[in-house]
Amino acid sequence: MKVSDLSELALRNLRESLLRNSLTTVGISVGVASLVAMLSLGTGLQAMFSRRLAKSGLFDTIVVTSRREMRGMGREEQRNGPSPGESRVLDEPARTEIEKLPHVLEAYPDIRFATELRFEDKPHLTMVSALPESAKSNDAFDGMKGSFFSSETAPEVILQKSFAEELLGQTPPLGAPEPNVGDLAKPLLGKELVMRYAQREAAQGQPVPLRPADAGSGDDNFAGAAYSVVSREQKLKIVGVSDLDPETMRGPMRAKVFLPLRLAESLHVMQPTDLREISHAGDQPVYSSISVRVKDPSEVQAVEGSIKKMGFTTFSILDASRSLQQVFKVLFAFLGIFGSLALTVASIGIVNTLVMAILERRREIGIMKAIGASDGDVRKLFFAEAGAMGILGGIVGVGFGWAIGQIINFGTNIYLKSQSIPPEHFWAVPWWLAVFAVVFAFGVSLVSGLYPAERAAKLDPVQALRYE
Amino acid sequence: MSIGSIVSAARETVAIRSENLSRYYRMGETVIRAVDGISLEVQAGEFVALLGSSGSGKSSMLNLIAGLDRPTSGSVIVQNRDLAKLSREELAKYRLHVVGMVFQSFNLIASMTLAENVELPLRFAEVERGRREELAREALDRVGLRARMNHRPSELSGGEQQRAALARALINRPKLLLADEPTGNLDSHTGTEIMDLVREFNQQLGMTVVMVTHERPLAERYAQRMIFLADGKLTDDRPNV
Ligand SMILES: Nc1ncnc2c1ncn2[C@@H]1O[C@H](COP(=O)(O)OP(=O)(O)OP(=O)(O)O)[C@@H](O)[C@H]1O
Ligand SMILES: [Mg+2]
Repeated sequence: MKVSDLSELALRNLRESLLRNSLTTVGISVGVASLVAMLSLGTGLQAMFSRRLAKSGLFDTIVVTSRREMRGMGREEQRNGPSPGESRVLDEPARTEIEKLPHVLEAYPDIRFATELRFEDKPHLTMVSALPESAKSNDAFDGMKGSFFSSETAPEVILQKSFAEELLGQTPPLGAPEPNVGDLAKPLLGKELVMRYAQREAAQGQPVPLRPADAGSGDDNFAGAAYSVVSREQKLKIVGVSDLDPETMRGPMRAKVFLPLRLAESLHVMQPTDLREISHAGDQPVYSSISVRVKDPSEVQAVEGSIKKMGFTTFSILDASRSLQQVFKVLFAFLGIFGSLALTVASIGIVNTLVMAILERRREIGIMKAIGASDGDVRKLFFAEAGAMGILGGIVGVGFGWAIGQIINFGTNIYLKSQSIPPEHFWAVPWWLAVFAVVFAFGVSLVSGLYPAERAAKLDPVQALRYE
Repeated sequence: MSIGSIVSAARETVAIRSENLSRYYRMGETVIRAVDGISLEVQAGEFVALLGSSGSGKSSMLNLIAGLDRPTSGSVIVQNRDLAKLSREELAKYRLHVVGMVFQSFNLIASMTLAENVELPLRFAEVERGRREELAREALDRVGLRARMNHRPSELSGGEQQRAALARALINRPKLLLADEPTGNLDSHTGTEIMDLVREFNQQLGMTVVMVTHERPLAERYAQRMIFLADGKLTDDRPNV
């Protein structure tokens, strides 16, 4: 039989028992919808994460440390490279050299120190780090209340939400709902913090870091060291409270208070490296690490290579993102299995419907065979019916799944808005998923049609026609 | 005339030949001999009536000739084809192109219009839609149902339904018309109408007709030859005079 005749007869037969076949088709579409829902949730989440990661600057940032740091992340280099003592110091000339490498946008020192901050006369100990002007576009400051630093040298701070909670004494117990950033920011914005820190100061009172020999003379100076350490205070205005954590990548070293980079540099805060590099000859600052921003994530590897050749240790998140992809693959498999489960149930529905149809249409099959239909014709007819239900159910199901996604997107965004979090589009039905779902539903329905079609094809026409 | 051509001419004149044809049904311990060693020959263009009481094996015999069933033993040869040796696929082709069948209960498909019912065999024969509609119209015309072609079987009388079934049996221009009690569900007047059509097919289209019937008068009126069965065996075979 011709395909056109087959599909015509199949559709006619489906219309004949409209209710039953519609119910079966609805069953398939519910199965497909759940599959589409699960997988589009997966893709949507993945897309959201990728977008966030790209925006967060994690993918275009390389962290450079000296091998002298002796806690480099690349074991390989530790084993094969020159010994830490002989390798290069990460100082200002090194920074400018890195900044001049091709594809590099900027290379800024990572200034980071633990210090005491006084707020309303109560001391709080925390980690402080400096942010370059370019961090303004960082995703982590999207949901920030207040504003970014007014200038690179302004005596201003941005607080991470958890530190704001600490200042207000509102740290929520574990598992309790997080307080709203807006509520946290209101009493804090514009208020003053006093930062106490240790300044590296040359003996003459002029802050020149790391000049060896020249013995100091001040009261609390280090005798014989290149500089003295002076306790200082700096008043800082709170300009912003950020919701998200811009430093997730730093682990325990992550800061909760942020200063403008130039201001932090000018303060000459005592850095851990200062002690180690005390013997280092030079009048330039030495950094414990430098963050290098590359124009495009695809250039990260090349730039990393050049920096390694200069004798430094590098770390980028590229490897981390690769393992994230792995996590998503597993998540996908899980969501896919759960989605397919409903489709499996639906496919049993197809088998049931078609077996019922055979019983009901026994005589009709007998007639068709008596007037010349071959086993193949009958088999194909039942396949066509199964396939038509599959395709129909698939298309309707994709529509369903898409609609469910839209509703969930809409609903969550209303919630996010009420929490003053920017809207997020984490549910997506890409075209390939739609096509895959319809093809998959078609395939499943054909497999379900296998047994009924064979049974119909092998029906004995004499028996079928025997009884009225 | 050569011997070969005489043989082939003889072959062409024989439409159906059965040799020791048997069909047994096994029902648990007992074996039912529905057809029990029947040998007969039907000439091309003949009109044969199969007679016998209920359960004598008439329908079983007809189904064997129609290629709907396979013999337990013996052979049935139609138009030089040994049906026992054909594959399922070949048997379907044989039923499609060589045989036209009508039944006591008409056996039209209820969900299809008359035209669709009549053209159904042409779908299996993969005939183009246009040609199909043309042939269906022609066949319905021949049985006088052209005006009802878009009606469903349930909207027609029994006689009209049987006429539609005849149109369907005719559509592929088969050599053989096999009818299983075609008038069994009809009153005598309507039955006569149907029999007139069957005779018309036999005489005008040259179809060989094998008709199963209960009614001896009908057989005597229309058939050229009467074959009597009892308990699956051939008991009498005589020309109608
Ligand atoms: N599928 C079957 N299984 C068992 N026995 C069968 C089967 N088909 C037919 N028979 C038996 O074979 C015998 C012949 O049946 P068949 O239908 O050929 O008779 P018939 O001459 O056509 O009778 P009727 O005039 O009532 O139609 C009967 O005894 C019947 O019970
Ligand atoms: Mg019978």
